[in-house]
Amino acid sequence: MDDGKITLCINAQSISVEPGVTVAAAIAMAGSGVTRRSVSGATRAPLCGMGICQECRVMINGRPHQLSCQTLCADGMHVVTAGEVQP
Amino acid sequence: MKYADIVVVGAGPAGLAAAHAAAAQGAHVAIIDDNPLAGGQIWRGGPDLQADQRAPQLWQALRSAAHVEFMPQTRVMYAPLPGHLLLQTPDASITLHYKKLILATGARERLLPFPGWTLPGVTGAGGLQALSKGGYPLEGKRIVVAGSGPLLLAAAATLQGKGAQIVAIIEQAATPALARFALGLMATPSKIAQALRLMTQLGGVPYLRNSYVHSAHGDGTLQSIQVQRGTERDQETLQCDYLACGYGLLPNLELAQALGCATTMHNGQMTVQVDAWQRTTLADVYCAGEGTGVGGVDLALAEGHIAGLAAAGHPDQASEAFTSRASWQKFAARLARAFALRPELRTLAGDDTIVCRCEDVCHGDLRTHTSWRSAKLQTRCGMGPCQGRICGGATEILYGWRPDAVRMPISPTRISSIID
Amino acid sequence: MNNAEVIVIGAGIVGAACADALSERGLRVAVIEQDIAGGGATAAGMGHLVVMDDNAAELALSAYSLSLWKDLVGDRPQRHEYSGCGTIWVAADEEEMEAALVKAQTLCGHGLLCEVLTPAALYAREPQLRAGLAGGLLVRGDGLVYPPKTTRILLDRAMRRGAITKRAQVTAIEDHAVVLGDGTRHQAQHIVLAAGVRSSVLLPELPIQAKKGHLAITDRYPGFVKHQLVELGYIKSAHAASGDSVAFNLQPRPTGQILIGSSRQFDTIDPAVEPAMLQRMLRHAASFTPQLKELNVLRTWTGFRAATPDGLPLIGPSSARRGLWLATGHEGLGITTSLATAQLLAGQIQKEKTRIPYVPYLPGRFHG
Repeated sequence: MDDGKITLCINAQSISVEPGVTVAAAIAMAGSGVTRRSVSGATRAPLCGMGICQECRVMINGRPHQLSCQTLCADGMHVVTAGEVQP
Repeated sequence: MKYADIVVVGAGPAGLAAAHAAAAQGAHVAIIDDNPLAGGQIWRGGPDLQADQRAPQLWQALRSAAHVEFMPQTRVMYAPLPGHLLLQTPDASITLHYKKLILATGARERLLPFPGWTLPGVTGAGGLQALSKGGYPLEGKRIVVAGSGPLLLAAAATLQGKGAQIVAIIEQAATPALARFALGLMATPSKIAQALRLMTQLGGVPYLRNSYVHSAHGDGTLQSIQVQRGTERDQETLQCDYLACGYGLLPNLELAQALGCATTMHNGQMTVQVDAWQRTTLADVYCAGEGTGVGGVDLALAEGHIAGLAAAGHPDQASEAFTSRASWQKFAARLARAFALRPELRTLAGDDTIVCRCEDVCHGDLRTHTSWRSAKLQTRCGMGPCQGRICGGATEILYGWRPDAVRMPISPTRISSIID
Repeated sequence: MNNAEVIVIGAGIVGAACADALSERGLRVAVIEQDIAGGGATAAGMGHLVVMDDNAAELALSAYSLSLWKDLVGDRPQRHEYSGCGTIWVAADEEEMEAALVKAQTLCGHGLLCEVLTPAALYAREPQLRAGLAGGLLVRGDGLVYPPKTTRILLDRAMRRGAITKRAQVTAIEDHAVVLGDGTRHQAQHIVLAAGVRSSVLLPELPIQAKKGHLAITDRYPGFVKHQLVELGYIKSAHAASGDSVAFNLQPRPTGQILIGSSRQFDTIDPAVEPAMLQRMLRHAASFTPQLKELNVLRTWTGFRAATPDGLPLIGPSSARRGLWLATGHEGLGITTSLATAQLLAGQIQKEKTRIPYVPYLPGRFHG
């Protein structure tokens, strides 16, 4: 928008962030920070912060398994986490 | 297909130093990094923003150099042919052809399992530091930093700088080992200055030595931890919003191993084997930085400088940096000795504590196996998306296993990248 | 090992099944494995349980074995990671559709449930398949397992009956005996060689050739496909006498991951993944399911099938040594036919009447 901020959607929620903010950070700003569900259905959030542990994976713009800790927020991005979805 | 004389994989201190040294000799250099910004871990968030002046200086020199290209958000998938790398970006794939390759892929944290470690709110120590540099909202949050190594102090300082309240720093190393390390810092005055700066900033934060996190608790998210003081019989409870816990660093060897570089044990860790000019056992492939042995930013800069000069065909100039490298290697050895992991850390996991987070494989299922391969075959441990990078660091400590080298691709690869 | 009546060389799924079948008949069994049980071709393959009808003997063996699998899996399929997903044989053109109809007749004649699929029916079941296909054949009784788990289950069952396992390398086979790497010699009335491609190391004269195969597994994409999908053109590649070939073969694992095959190469024993072969295999797979291109591959690997000249395994006595029996040469059907192999072998050792004739699989068919 005109204040230089970036607006994106985390699940159903619209959120504005500064440029340079990662999707993982935006997810934490928008709620619990939960990114995915483990194979047994437990909630998980980022662990290593550097694209190795794969815990930060979310769906971005329809594509699953994206590493949110290594992805910068972009205008109009649509992010879906497993935080709100029951197994 | 693209071409560069020299490809540098990793834009942390070692990679940037290597690229700079090579570019100064006129080489066409491509720097690849999987993050959106350069800097690796220690200069995360971008070299321009770092207090360490060497970072913006290197970066400015590289940005103004002709024939240097920085390729962010780019990962190496595998080598389709000798002298070639298949790269993937979020939306595309490229094959890069090179004459010389410098691997500067850095290190990751060793994360050890304990009850509750999979709760949202539990992260690595460097992990939370990295997340905070990406804008993770930590202002006013209560954070315990735990595990082992000088990284805990640096991470705590960064987090405090972002407005977090550091409840305590919990270091598993015992006081005598730390004292010896502190004395050893005498040999490296710049480290003393750095340590003093950190201690000043962190003044007032309890630094609990000879202690470790026993377990983490919370209903769906972290609320408190149990801390075992080495000297006490009972545990202490600390309330917190985040636990940033990491037990030292492990070199990222995947790309080197996938290419066929030999590894060797160094300071008790598996590392990429290199000679005096940072050459691996594979022709035209060099390695610099944490990959040859964890040693921090100064060693990484020295090794990167040597590798860059050697790769650009100036090994004689490279040898001028040998003395500096040698003294930082001694520092690295002192680091390894001081922060050796205590045996109690092997016993924290209960039978129902998850060890392989990708596939939810518990300690009870794993401890009966006698090798990584046998465990992997029967339990799926290591078969998930991280391909054993996290659980491998844990199973080495828990069971003494040596994981197999990661098979190609070394990162999850879109099929379109392989076939188009 | 000193009073073993049978020594089984190789603890892959075939060796484990033999140990199970022989111990069940009251024989004292010792299994010798040089690496990890189920760690060879058993771990590398797809674990597809499939009826194959290239010839009558293959049909008889695979159908019989599939009925044994149903009994083994029983009401605890999770222990084997069993999925009764069935196979859809995909016909790319009218010629392949003709082959599908013939296959349907053969299988139905054998009492096996199958359903011919028009293109509409095919796409209703598997919308990811590319347009323009001629139809297919659904074989409901087929399924998949995770073979290392079954191998462990069979070995544990044998061990509960007193069988022992030993980790060692067999360096030579003698009459009624094996020699190990430590120089010791162990005797037994019967020696069973079930070492897959490594059988040729001990008996170089065996009519076995290694056929290298590549595989790739994706991240989790549940529901991408629901059945194991194999092209009818697979038959052409599987029985080529030479040359490299790929075939469309996609499997939905119970985890939601997609296991992708298949390829065949002769004349190489190098286990390294070959990027060009991998590319070719994936390209071919994506030509059948275009959206496959969007999926992430997590891992790739290779395995070696032990192939005989006529595509049928060797199950029975070997004339190379006294007391030696062979249970090897299963090529791409080792998992499926492991259980029937064990029954036919144990039946021959104990001179029982076997459920199906064992003559077509006798090793002696290759002599003279």
